[in-house]
Amino acid sequence: MTVTNGNDELEAQFAQWRAYVRRRPELVESDADELEDHLRDSVDTLVERGLAPDEAFLIAVKRMGGLDDLSREFAREHSERLWKQLVFTGDPGRDSTSRRDVVAMLVCAFGAAVSIKIPALFGLSYDDDGSFYAPNLALFALPWLAAFLVWRRRPGAGVIGALVALFAVGVAGANAYPVDSDSQSATLIMTHLPIALWLVVGLAYVSDDLRSARRRMDFIRFTGEWFVYLVLMGLGGGVLIAFLYGIFDAIGVEPDTVIGNWVVPCGFVAATVVAGWLVEVKQGVIENIAPVLTRLFTPLFTVALLAFLVTVGWNGRGIEIDRETLVMFDLLLAVVLGLLLYSLSARDPQAPPGPFDVLQLGLVVSALVIDALVLYTMTGRIAEYGTTPNNVAALGENIVLLVNLAWSAWLLLRFVRRRGGFASIERWQTNYLPAYAVWFWTVVLVLPPLFSFR
Amino acid sequence: MRVTKDLVAASATPIVLGILAEGESYGYAILRRISDLSGGELDWTEGFLYPLLHRLERLGHVEASWQSVPGERRRKYYRITRQGRAELADQQRQWRTVVEALHQVWPPFIALEGNA
Repeated sequence: MTVTNGNDELEAQFAQWRAYVRRRPELVESDADELEDHLRDSVDTLVERGLAPDEAFLIAVKRMGGLDDLSREFAREHSERLWKQLVFTGDPGRDSTSRRDVVAMLVCAFGAAVSIKIPALFGLSYDDDGSFYAPNLALFALPWLAAFLVWRRRPGAGVIGALVALFAVGVAGANAYPVDSDSQSATLIMTHLPIALWLVVGLAYVSDDLRSARRRMDFIRFTGEWFVYLVLMGLGGGVLIAFLYGIFDAIGVEPDTVIGNWVVPCGFVAATVVAGWLVEVKQGVIENIAPVLTRLFTPLFTVALLAFLVTVGWNGRGIEIDRETLVMFDLLLAVVLGLLLYSLSARDPQAPPGPFDVLQLGLVVSALVIDALVLYTMTGRIAEYGTTPNNVAALGENIVLLVNLAWSAWLLLRFVRRRGGFASIERWQTNYLPAYAVWFWTVVLVLPPLFSFR
Repeated sequence: MRVTKDLVAASATPIVLGILAEGESYGYAILRRISDLSGGELDWTEGFLYPLLHRLERLGHVEASWQSVPGERRRKYYRITRQGRAELADQQRQWRTVVEALHQVWPPFIALEGNA
Protein backbone atom coordinates (compact mmCIF):
# COMPACT_ATOMS: atom_id res chain seq x y z
CA MET A 1 0.00 0.00 0.00
CA THR A 2 2.58 2.57 1.04
CA VAL A 3 5.20 2.45 -1.69
CA THR A 4 6.57 5.74 -0.46
CA ASN A 5 8.04 4.09 2.61
CA GLY A 6 11.48 2.53 2.43
CA ASN A 7 12.58 4.27 -0.75
CA ASP A 8 15.62 6.33 0.21
CA GLU A 9 15.73 8.57 -2.83
CA LEU A 10 12.07 9.42 -2.47
CA GLU A 11 12.45 9.96 1.27
CA ALA A 12 15.20 12.48 0.56
CA GLN A 13 12.85 14.31 -1.81
CA PHE A 14 10.13 14.36 0.82
CA ALA A 15 12.59 15.70 3.37
CA GLN A 16 13.64 18.45 0.99
CA TRP A 17 10.05 19.37 0.22
CA ARG A 18 9.29 19.45 3.92
CA ALA A 19 12.19 21.79 4.54
CA TYR A 20 10.73 24.17 1.95
CA VAL A 21 7.34 24.02 3.62
CA ARG A 22 8.75 24.66 7.07
CA ARG A 23 10.41 27.85 5.86
CA ARG A 24 6.96 29.41 5.46
CA PRO A 25 5.83 31.12 8.63
CA GLU A 26 2.20 30.50 7.67
CA LEU A 27 2.68 26.74 7.67
CA VAL A 28 3.38 25.22 11.06
CA GLU A 29 4.70 21.78 11.90
CA SER A 30 1.29 20.08 11.94
CA ASP A 31 0.42 21.59 8.54
CA ALA A 32 3.65 20.20 7.15
CA ASP A 33 2.73 16.78 8.56
CA GLU A 34 -0.74 16.97 7.10
CA LEU A 35 0.41 18.17 3.68
CA GLU A 36 3.17 15.58 3.57
CA ASP A 37 0.65 12.87 4.31
CA HIS A 38 -1.48 14.22 1.49
CA LEU A 39 1.49 14.25 -0.86
CA ARG A 40 2.34 10.66 0.05
CA ASP A 41 -1.26 9.60 -0.67
CA SER A 42 -1.10 11.27 -4.09
CA VAL A 43 2.21 9.58 -4.85
CA ASP A 44 0.82 6.20 -3.74
CA THR A 45 -2.19 6.59 -6.01
CA LEU A 46 -0.04 7.56 -8.98
CA VAL A 47 2.36 4.67 -8.40
CA GLU A 48 -0.60 2.28 -8.27
CA ARG A 49 -1.51 3.58 -11.72
CA GLY A 50 1.93 2.49 -12.92
CA LEU A 51 4.17 5.54 -12.60
CA ALA A 52 7.73 5.33 -11.29
CA PRO A 53 8.01 6.74 -7.75
CA ASP A 54 10.11 9.77 -8.72
CA GLU A 55 7.76 10.65 -11.57
CA ALA A 56 4.83 10.26 -9.23
CA PHE A 57 6.51 12.59 -6.76
CA LEU A 58 7.03 15.29 -9.37
CA ILE A 59 3.44 15.12 -10.56
CA ALA A 60 2.04 15.06 -7.02
CA VAL A 61 4.06 18.14 -6.05
CA LYS A 62 3.01 19.91 -9.22
CA ARG A 63 -0.64 19.16 -8.50
CA MET A 64 -0.37 20.56 -5.03
CA GLY A 65 0.51 23.88 -6.64
CA GLY A 66 3.04 26.52 -5.72
CA LEU A 67 3.89 26.98 -2.09
CA ASP A 68 3.26 30.70 -2.51
CA ASP A 69 -0.40 30.10 -3.32
CA LEU A 70 -0.68 27.45 -0.67
CA SER A 71 0.73 29.61 2.09
CA ARG A 72 -1.39 32.55 0.98
CA GLU A 73 -4.50 30.41 1.41
CA PHE A 74 -3.29 29.22 4.81
CA ALA A 75 -2.48 32.79 5.84
CA ARG A 76 -6.05 33.81 5.15
CA GLU A 77 -7.25 31.37 7.78
CA HIS A 78 -4.28 31.62 10.16
CA SER A 79 -3.31 35.28 10.05
CA GLU A 80 -2.20 35.06 13.67
CA ARG A 81 0.76 32.98 12.59
CA LEU A 82 2.33 35.96 10.90
CA TRP A 83 2.52 37.45 14.38
CA LYS A 84 5.14 35.12 15.63
CA GLN A 85 4.12 33.81 18.97
CA LEU A 86 6.78 33.59 21.57
CA VAL A 87 5.70 31.66 24.58
CA PHE A 88 2.59 29.67 24.03
CA THR A 89 3.07 28.00 20.67
CA GLY A 90 6.24 26.02 20.43
CA ASP A 91 7.37 23.52 17.87
CA PRO A 92 5.89 20.24 18.99
CA GLY A 93 9.19 18.57 18.07
CA ARG A 94 11.03 20.66 20.62
CA ASP A 95 8.35 20.38 23.26
CA SER A 96 10.21 18.27 25.77
CA THR A 97 13.37 20.42 25.77
CA SER A 98 11.44 23.67 25.90
CA ARG A 99 9.31 22.34 28.74
CA ARG A 100 12.44 21.40 30.66
CA ASP A 101 13.72 24.94 29.97
CA VAL A 102 10.55 26.35 31.44
CA VAL A 103 10.96 24.22 34.54
CA ALA A 104 14.61 25.25 34.94
CA MET A 105 13.63 28.89 34.45
CA LEU A 106 10.87 28.64 37.05
CA VAL A 107 13.22 26.97 39.52
CA CYS A 108 15.83 29.70 39.03
CA ALA A 109 13.29 32.55 39.17
CA PHE A 110 11.73 31.07 42.28
CA GLY A 111 15.17 30.56 43.81
CA ALA A 112 16.00 34.20 43.14
CA ALA A 113 12.73 35.37 44.71
CA VAL A 114 13.31 33.19 47.79
CA SER A 115 16.97 34.15 48.13
CA ILE A 116 16.24 37.85 48.29
CA LYS A 117 13.92 37.21 51.25
CA ILE A 118 16.44 35.10 53.20
CA PRO A 119 18.09 38.17 54.80
CA ALA A 120 14.62 39.01 56.14
CA LEU A 121 15.02 36.01 58.46
CA PHE A 122 17.87 37.93 60.08
CA GLY A 123 15.73 40.99 60.55
CA LEU A 124 16.74 42.98 57.47
CA SER A 125 13.93 44.56 55.50
CA TYR A 126 14.16 45.63 51.87
CA ASP A 127 12.52 48.95 52.60
CA ASP A 128 14.66 50.01 55.56
CA ASP A 129 18.06 48.37 55.09
CA GLY A 130 19.10 49.98 51.85
CA SER A 131 22.75 49.94 52.87
CA PHE A 132 22.69 46.14 52.84
CA TYR A 133 20.44 45.61 49.83
CA ALA A 134 21.84 48.30 47.52
CA PRO A 135 25.26 46.70 46.92
CA ASN A 136 23.91 43.14 47.20
CA LEU A 137 20.84 43.37 44.97
CA ALA A 138 22.54 42.01 41.84
CA LEU A 139 23.88 39.10 43.88
CA PHE A 140 20.34 37.86 44.47
CA ALA A 141 19.49 37.94 40.78
CA LEU A 142 22.46 37.37 38.49
CA PRO A 143 23.83 34.14 39.99
CA TRP A 144 20.41 32.59 39.31
CA LEU A 145 20.44 33.82 35.75
CA ALA A 146 23.97 32.41 35.39
CA ALA A 147 22.74 29.13 36.88
CA PHE A 148 19.98 28.97 34.27
CA LEU A 149 22.50 29.61 31.48
CA VAL A 150 24.89 27.00 32.88
CA TRP A 151 22.02 24.55 32.98
CA ARG A 152 21.45 25.18 29.28
CA ARG A 153 25.10 25.23 28.22
CA ARG A 154 26.43 22.35 30.35
CA PRO A 155 30.03 23.58 30.55
CA GLY A 156 32.87 21.67 32.21
CA ALA A 157 33.50 21.68 35.94
CA GLY A 158 36.35 24.20 35.53
CA VAL A 159 34.07 26.89 34.15
CA ILE A 160 31.43 26.24 36.81
CA GLY A 161 34.12 26.50 39.48
CA ALA A 162 35.32 29.80 38.02
CA LEU A 163 31.75 31.16 37.98
CA VAL A 164 31.16 30.18 41.61
CA ALA A 165 34.49 31.73 42.59
CA LEU A 166 33.71 34.98 40.76
CA PHE A 167 30.31 35.31 42.40
CA ALA A 168 31.97 34.60 45.76
CA VAL A 169 34.43 37.41 45.04
CA GLY A 170 31.39 39.57 44.25
CA VAL A 171 29.88 38.74 47.65
CA ALA A 172 33.16 39.64 49.31
CA GLY A 173 33.44 42.88 47.33
CA ALA A 174 29.94 43.91 48.35
CA ASN A 175 30.26 43.12 52.05
CA ALA A 176 33.85 42.68 53.23
CA TYR A 177 35.11 46.25 52.97
CA PRO A 178 34.50 48.53 55.93
CA VAL A 179 32.88 51.26 53.83
CA ASP A 180 30.58 53.88 55.23
CA SER A 181 27.20 53.71 53.52
CA ASP A 182 27.38 57.31 52.32
CA SER A 183 31.03 57.23 51.25
CA GLN A 184 32.03 57.49 47.60
CA SER A 185 33.40 53.93 47.76
CA ALA A 186 29.99 52.55 48.74
CA THR A 187 28.36 54.29 45.79
CA LEU A 188 31.04 52.99 43.46
CA ILE A 189 30.57 49.40 44.62
CA MET A 190 26.80 49.77 44.32
CA THR A 191 26.98 51.05 40.73
CA HIS A 192 29.88 48.96 39.43
CA LEU A 193 29.30 45.56 40.98
CA PRO A 194 26.12 44.79 38.97
CA ILE A 195 27.97 45.42 35.70
CA ALA A 196 30.99 43.42 36.86
CA LEU A 197 28.63 40.57 37.75
CA TRP A 198 26.82 40.94 34.43
CA LEU A 199 30.12 40.18 32.71
CA VAL A 200 30.34 37.04 34.85
CA VAL A 201 26.88 36.15 33.49
CA GLY A 202 28.51 36.70 30.10
CA LEU A 203 31.11 34.09 31.01
CA ALA A 204 28.26 31.69 31.80
CA TYR A 205 26.65 32.62 28.49
CA VAL A 206 29.72 31.80 26.41
CA SER A 207 30.71 28.89 28.64
CA ASP A 208 30.11 26.25 25.97
CA ASP A 209 32.66 27.86 23.67
CA LEU A 210 34.90 30.30 25.49
CA ARG A 211 37.09 31.41 22.61
CA SER A 212 34.42 31.85 19.96
CA ALA A 213 33.95 35.42 18.76
CA ARG A 214 30.47 34.48 17.49
CA ARG A 215 29.40 33.42 20.98
CA ARG A 216 30.64 36.69 22.43
CA MET A 217 28.70 38.62 19.83
CA ASP A 218 25.70 36.51 20.82
CA PHE A 219 26.25 37.62 24.39
CA ILE A 220 26.20 41.26 23.25
CA ARG A 221 22.91 40.59 21.47
CA PHE A 222 21.64 38.75 24.52
CA THR A 223 22.49 41.75 26.71
CA GLY A 224 20.52 44.17 24.55
CA GLU A 225 17.47 41.95 24.26
CA TRP A 226 17.56 41.06 27.95
CA PHE A 227 17.58 44.72 28.85
CA VAL A 228 14.64 45.50 26.56
CA TYR A 229 12.63 42.64 28.04
CA LEU A 230 13.49 43.67 31.56
CA VAL A 231 12.31 47.22 30.89
CA LEU A 232 9.07 45.92 29.36
CA MET A 233 8.49 43.66 32.35
CA GLY A 234 9.24 46.60 34.62
CA LEU A 235 6.51 48.60 32.91
CA GLY A 236 4.07 45.71 33.33
CA GLY A 237 5.10 45.38 36.95
CA GLY A 238 4.46 49.08 37.47
CA VAL A 239 0.91 48.68 36.21
CA LEU A 240 0.41 45.67 38.48
CA ILE A 241 1.67 47.57 41.49
CA ALA A 242 -0.49 50.60 40.72
CA PHE A 243 -3.57 48.36 40.66
CA LEU A 244 -2.51 46.41 43.76
CA TYR A 245 -2.20 49.67 45.57
CA GLY A 246 -5.48 51.05 44.25
CA ILE A 247 -7.72 48.04 44.86
CA PHE A 248 -6.43 47.30 48.36
CA ASP A 249 -6.57 50.95 49.26
CA ALA A 250 -10.26 50.88 48.29
CA ILE A 251 -10.99 48.34 51.04
CA GLY A 252 -8.94 50.25 53.57
CA VAL A 253 -5.91 47.93 53.60
CA GLU A 254 -2.57 49.62 53.15
CA PRO A 255 -0.50 47.35 50.90
CA ASP A 256 2.73 49.43 51.17
CA THR A 257 4.67 46.90 53.22
CA VAL A 258 3.71 43.94 51.07
CA ILE A 259 4.53 45.82 47.89
CA GLY A 260 7.78 47.31 49.17
CA ASN A 261 9.11 44.19 50.89
CA TRP A 262 7.74 41.40 48.73
CA VAL A 263 6.35 42.33 45.33
CA VAL A 264 9.08 44.76 44.22
CA PRO A 265 12.23 42.86 45.30
CA CYS A 266 10.99 39.35 44.50
CA GLY A 267 9.44 40.50 41.23
CA PHE A 268 12.61 42.27 40.17
CA VAL A 269 15.03 39.40 40.77
CA ALA A 270 12.64 36.88 39.24
CA ALA A 271 12.18 39.15 36.22
CA THR A 272 15.92 39.13 35.52
CA VAL A 273 15.83 35.34 35.18
CA VAL A 274 12.58 35.34 33.19
CA ALA A 275 13.98 37.95 30.80
CA GLY A 276 17.06 35.78 30.24
CA TRP A 277 14.85 32.79 29.53
CA LEU A 278 12.71 34.79 27.10
CA VAL A 279 15.76 35.90 25.13
CA GLU A 280 17.10 32.35 25.04
CA VAL A 281 13.83 30.83 23.85
CA LYS A 282 12.90 33.48 21.36
CA GLN A 283 16.27 33.54 19.61
CA GLY A 284 15.34 33.36 15.97
CA VAL A 285 11.62 33.47 16.65
CA ILE A 286 11.21 37.21 16.75
CA GLU A 287 13.06 40.05 15.15
CA ASN A 288 15.55 41.42 17.66
CA ILE A 289 14.35 44.71 18.99
CA ALA A 290 17.64 46.29 20.10
CA PRO A 291 18.97 46.64 16.51
CA VAL A 292 15.67 48.19 15.46
CA LEU A 293 15.96 50.81 18.19
CA THR A 294 19.56 51.36 17.09
CA ARG A 295 18.49 52.06 13.53
CA LEU A 296 15.99 54.61 14.78
CA PHE A 297 18.28 56.40 17.17
CA THR A 298 21.66 56.40 15.43
CA PRO A 299 20.69 59.28 13.08
CA LEU A 300 19.02 61.20 15.91
CA PHE A 301 22.02 60.89 18.20
CA THR A 302 24.37 61.86 15.38
CA VAL A 303 22.37 65.03 14.76
CA ALA A 304 22.23 65.81 18.49
CA LEU A 305 25.99 65.41 18.95
CA LEU A 306 26.81 67.44 15.86
CA ALA A 307 24.44 70.17 17.04
CA PHE A 308 26.22 70.16 20.38
CA LEU A 309 29.63 70.46 18.72
CA VAL A 310 28.45 73.28 16.47
CA THR A 311 27.05 75.14 19.49
CA VAL A 312 30.31 74.70 21.42
CA GLY A 313 32.28 75.95 18.41
CA TRP A 314 29.93 78.87 17.81
CA ASN A 315 29.78 80.12 21.39
CA GLY A 316 33.37 79.21 22.14
CA ARG A 317 32.07 78.04 25.49
CA GLY A 318 34.05 75.45 27.45
CA ILE A 319 32.28 72.50 29.06
CA GLU A 320 31.50 73.03 32.73
CA ILE A 321 32.82 69.87 34.24
CA ASP A 322 31.85 68.52 37.58
CA ARG A 323 31.34 64.92 38.62
CA GLU A 324 27.73 64.68 37.40
CA THR A 325 28.55 65.97 33.95
CA LEU A 326 31.52 63.64 33.69
CA VAL A 327 29.30 60.69 34.54
CA MET A 328 26.82 61.96 31.98
CA PHE A 329 29.49 62.11 29.28
CA ASP A 330 30.61 58.60 30.27
CA LEU A 331 27.05 57.45 29.80
CA LEU A 332 26.91 59.26 26.47
CA LEU A 333 29.97 57.34 25.29
CA ALA A 334 28.38 54.13 26.54
CA VAL A 335 25.21 54.92 24.56
CA VAL A 336 27.25 55.63 21.43
CA LEU A 337 29.09 52.36 21.94
CA GLY A 338 25.73 50.61 22.42
CA LEU A 339 24.42 52.10 19.18
CA LEU A 340 27.55 50.92 17.43
CA LEU A 341 27.42 47.44 18.96
CA TYR A 342 23.79 46.77 18.23
CA SER A 343 23.99 47.86 14.65
CA LEU A 344 27.08 45.66 14.27
CA SER A 345 25.25 42.75 15.86
CA ALA A 346 22.42 42.91 13.34
CA ARG A 347 24.49 43.68 10.28
CA ASP A 348 25.15 41.19 7.54
CA PRO A 349 28.95 40.82 7.77
CA GLN A 350 29.19 40.25 4.02
CA ALA A 351 27.34 43.39 2.93
CA PRO A 352 29.44 46.20 1.43
CA PRO A 353 29.73 49.53 3.28
CA GLY A 354 26.62 51.68 2.93
CA PRO A 355 25.37 55.14 3.98
CA PHE A 356 24.45 53.86 7.42
CA ASP A 357 28.08 52.93 8.08
CA VAL A 358 29.15 56.46 7.16
CA LEU A 359 26.50 57.83 9.51
CA GLN A 360 27.84 55.61 12.23
CA LEU A 361 31.37 56.80 11.61
CA GLY A 362 30.05 60.37 11.96
CA LEU A 363 28.41 59.45 15.26
CA VAL A 364 31.54 57.84 16.67
CA VAL A 365 33.83 60.66 15.53
CA SER A 366 31.63 63.40 16.98
CA ALA A 367 31.42 61.47 20.26
CA LEU A 368 35.22 61.24 20.27
CA VAL A 369 35.64 64.97 19.69
CA ILE A 370 33.23 65.77 22.51
CA ASP A 371 35.03 63.37 24.78
CA ALA A 372 38.40 64.93 23.96
CA LEU A 373 36.97 68.26 25.17
CA VAL A 374 35.67 66.60 28.32
CA LEU A 375 38.95 64.87 29.09
CA TYR A 376 40.87 68.10 28.56
CA THR A 377 38.73 69.86 31.16
CA MET A 378 38.82 66.85 33.45
CA THR A 379 42.60 66.63 33.68
CA GLY A 380 42.66 70.29 34.62
CA ARG A 381 40.18 69.61 37.38
CA ILE A 382 42.10 66.65 38.75
CA ALA A 383 45.29 68.70 38.72
CA GLU A 384 43.47 71.37 40.69
CA TYR A 385 41.49 69.34 43.25
CA GLY A 386 43.34 66.02 43.39
CA THR A 387 41.88 62.58 42.91
CA THR A 388 38.82 61.05 44.53
CA PRO A 389 37.45 57.52 44.06
CA ASN A 390 34.64 58.97 41.98
CA ASN A 391 36.68 60.90 39.48
CA VAL A 392 39.20 58.08 39.11
CA ALA A 393 36.38 55.64 38.35
CA ALA A 394 34.70 58.06 35.94
CA LEU A 395 37.99 58.86 34.25
CA GLY A 396 38.89 55.18 33.96
CA GLU A 397 35.56 54.40 32.34
CA ASN A 398 36.04 57.29 30.02
CA ILE A 399 39.42 55.97 28.93
CA VAL A 400 38.17 52.40 28.50
CA LEU A 401 35.33 53.62 26.27
CA LEU A 402 37.53 56.13 24.48
CA VAL A 403 40.09 53.49 23.50
CA ASN A 404 37.35 51.26 22.20
CA LEU A 405 35.63 54.00 20.21
CA ALA A 406 38.86 55.45 18.84
CA TRP A 407 39.98 52.13 17.44
CA SER A 408 36.41 51.40 16.24
CA ALA A 409 36.42 54.74 14.41
CA TRP A 410 39.70 53.83 12.73
CA LEU A 411 38.38 50.39 11.71
CA LEU A 412 35.09 51.91 10.53
CA LEU A 413 36.99 54.46 8.45
CA ARG A 414 39.03 51.68 6.84
CA PHE A 415 35.84 49.73 6.22
CA VAL A 416 33.98 52.67 4.69
CA ARG A 417 36.96 53.39 2.44
CA ARG A 418 37.02 49.68 1.55
CA ARG A 419 40.49 49.17 2.95
CA GLY A 420 39.43 46.67 5.59
CA GLY A 421 36.82 44.04 6.26
CA PHE A 422 33.81 44.27 8.50
CA ALA A 423 34.93 41.22 10.44
CA SER A 424 37.82 43.16 12.01
CA ILE A 425 35.36 45.60 13.64
CA GLU A 426 33.36 42.74 15.03
CA ARG A 427 36.48 40.97 16.26
CA TRP A 428 37.72 44.15 17.95
CA GLN A 429 34.45 44.52 19.86
CA THR A 430 34.28 40.91 20.98
CA ASN A 431 37.94 40.84 22.00
CA TYR A 432 37.44 44.02 23.99
CA LEU A 433 34.80 42.55 26.32
CA PRO A 434 37.35 41.34 28.93
CA ALA A 435 38.69 44.91 29.18
CA TYR A 436 35.36 46.07 30.63
CA ALA A 437 35.43 43.17 33.08
CA VAL A 438 38.94 44.07 34.21
CA TRP A 439 38.07 47.72 34.77
CA PHE A 440 34.75 47.16 36.55
CA TRP A 441 36.24 44.56 38.88
CA THR A 442 39.14 46.94 39.54
CA VAL A 443 36.72 49.66 40.58
CA VAL A 444 34.87 47.28 42.90
CA LEU A 445 37.87 45.55 44.44
CA VAL A 446 40.87 47.87 44.17
CA LEU A 447 39.65 51.46 44.34
CA PRO A 448 38.01 51.32 47.81
CA PRO A 449 41.16 50.12 49.65
CA LEU A 450 43.32 52.38 47.45
CA PHE A 451 41.46 55.40 48.74
CA SER A 452 41.19 53.92 52.25
CA PHE A 453 37.41 53.45 51.87
CA ARG A 454 36.69 57.16 51.50
CA MET B 1 -18.11 22.69 -17.41
CA ARG B 2 -16.65 24.85 -14.69
CA VAL B 3 -18.35 25.54 -11.39
CA THR B 4 -17.91 29.21 -10.54
CA LYS B 5 -15.77 30.26 -7.62
CA ASP B 6 -18.68 31.72 -5.68
CA LEU B 7 -20.67 28.55 -5.92
CA VAL B 8 -17.67 26.42 -4.89
CA ALA B 9 -17.12 28.67 -1.89
CA ALA B 10 -20.79 28.59 -0.87
CA SER B 11 -21.11 24.83 -1.19
CA ALA B 12 -17.78 23.94 0.43
CA THR B 13 -18.89 23.85 4.06
CA PRO B 14 -22.04 21.73 3.54
CA ILE B 15 -20.14 19.32 1.29
CA VAL B 16 -17.30 18.79 3.77
CA LEU B 17 -19.69 18.52 6.72
CA GLY B 18 -21.79 16.09 4.71
CA ILE B 19 -18.82 13.89 3.95
CA LEU B 20 -17.71 13.92 7.55
CA ALA B 21 -21.25 13.06 8.64
CA GLU B 22 -20.73 9.75 6.83
CA GLY B 23 -17.80 9.03 9.15
CA GLU B 24 -14.44 10.47 10.16
CA SER B 25 -11.95 11.05 7.38
CA TYR B 26 -8.70 12.76 6.42
CA GLY B 27 -7.75 15.40 3.86
CA TYR B 28 -6.73 13.26 0.92
CA ALA B 29 -9.73 10.95 1.26
CA ILE B 30 -12.08 13.95 1.50
CA LEU B 31 -10.67 15.38 -1.74
CA ARG B 32 -11.08 12.01 -3.48
CA ARG B 33 -14.63 11.71 -2.23
CA ILE B 34 -15.51 15.18 -3.50
CA SER B 35 -13.99 14.38 -6.86
CA ASP B 36 -15.95 11.10 -7.05
CA LEU B 37 -19.21 12.70 -5.95
CA SER B 38 -18.99 15.36 -8.63
CA GLY B 39 -17.70 13.08 -11.36
CA GLY B 40 -14.44 14.99 -11.31
CA GLU B 41 -16.09 18.37 -11.87
CA LEU B 42 -15.30 19.72 -8.42
CA ASP B 43 -11.52 19.80 -8.24
CA TRP B 44 -10.54 21.49 -5.01
CA THR B 45 -6.95 22.39 -4.31
CA GLU B 46 -5.15 21.53 -1.08
CA GLY B 47 -4.81 25.23 -0.44
CA PHE B 48 -8.61 25.40 -0.42
CA LEU B 49 -9.44 22.26 1.54
CA TYR B 50 -6.99 22.39 4.45
CA PRO B 51 -7.58 26.00 5.50
CA LEU B 52 -11.33 25.24 5.25
CA LEU B 53 -10.93 22.21 7.53
CA HIS B 54 -8.91 24.31 9.97
CA ARG B 55 -11.59 26.99 9.95
CA LEU B 56 -14.32 24.44 10.64
CA GLU B 57 -12.14 23.12 13.46
CA ARG B 58 -11.73 26.61 14.90
CA LEU B 59 -15.50 27.19 14.69
CA GLY B 60 -16.05 23.91 16.52
CA HIS B 61 -17.94 22.20 13.67
CA VAL B 62 -15.32 19.47 13.41
CA GLU B 63 -12.63 18.14 15.69
CA ALA B 64 -9.29 16.76 14.58
CA SER B 65 -6.92 14.21 16.02
CA TRP B 66 -3.78 12.46 14.88
CA GLN B 67 -4.42 8.75 14.72
CA SER B 68 -2.52 5.75 13.45
CA VAL B 69 -4.63 3.01 11.95
CA PRO B 70 -2.75 -0.32 11.78
CA GLY B 71 -1.05 -0.71 8.39
CA GLU B 72 -1.39 2.98 7.58
CA ARG B 73 0.55 6.14 8.26
CA ARG B 74 -0.24 8.43 11.17
CA ARG B 75 -2.89 10.78 9.87
CA LYS B 76 -4.90 13.76 10.96
CA TYR B 77 -8.51 12.62 11.05
CA TYR B 78 -11.44 15.00 11.14
CA ARG B 79 -14.71 14.15 12.87
CA ILE B 80 -17.96 16.12 12.82
CA THR B 81 -19.14 17.42 16.18
CA ARG B 82 -22.64 17.82 17.54
CA GLN B 83 -22.43 21.51 16.72
CA GLY B 84 -21.27 20.60 13.22
CA ARG B 85 -24.31 18.38 12.72
CA ALA B 86 -26.55 21.25 13.78
CA GLU B 87 -24.75 23.48 11.28
CA LEU B 88 -25.16 20.83 8.60
CA ALA B 89 -28.89 20.56 9.31
CA ASP B 90 -29.21 24.33 9.08
CA GLN B 91 -27.28 24.41 5.79
CA GLN B 92 -29.46 21.61 4.43
CA ARG B 93 -32.60 23.63 5.16
CA GLN B 94 -31.11 26.63 3.38
CA TRP B 95 -29.99 24.62 0.37
CA ARG B 96 -33.35 22.86 0.15
CA THR B 97 -35.06 26.23 -0.05
CA VAL B 98 -32.72 27.32 -2.83
CA VAL B 99 -32.96 24.07 -4.75
CA GLU B 100 -36.77 23.96 -4.49
CA ALA B 101 -37.00 27.50 -5.77
CA LEU B 102 -34.69 26.64 -8.66
CA HIS B 103 -36.73 23.54 -9.52
CA GLN B 104 -39.88 25.61 -9.82
CA VAL B 105 -38.24 28.15 -12.07
CA TRP B 106 -36.09 25.84 -14.16
CA PRO B 107 -38.07 22.90 -15.63
CA PRO B 108 -38.48 24.59 -19.05
CA PHE B 109 -34.71 25.39 -19.20
CA ILE B 110 -33.73 21.85 -18.32
CA ALA B 111 -36.13 20.53 -20.96
CA LEU B 112 -34.67 22.98 -23.48
CA GLU B 113 -31.14 21.76 -22.78
CA GLY B 114 -32.35 18.17 -23.01
CA ASN B 115 -33.84 18.77 -26.48
CA ALA B 116 -30.82 20.53 -27.87
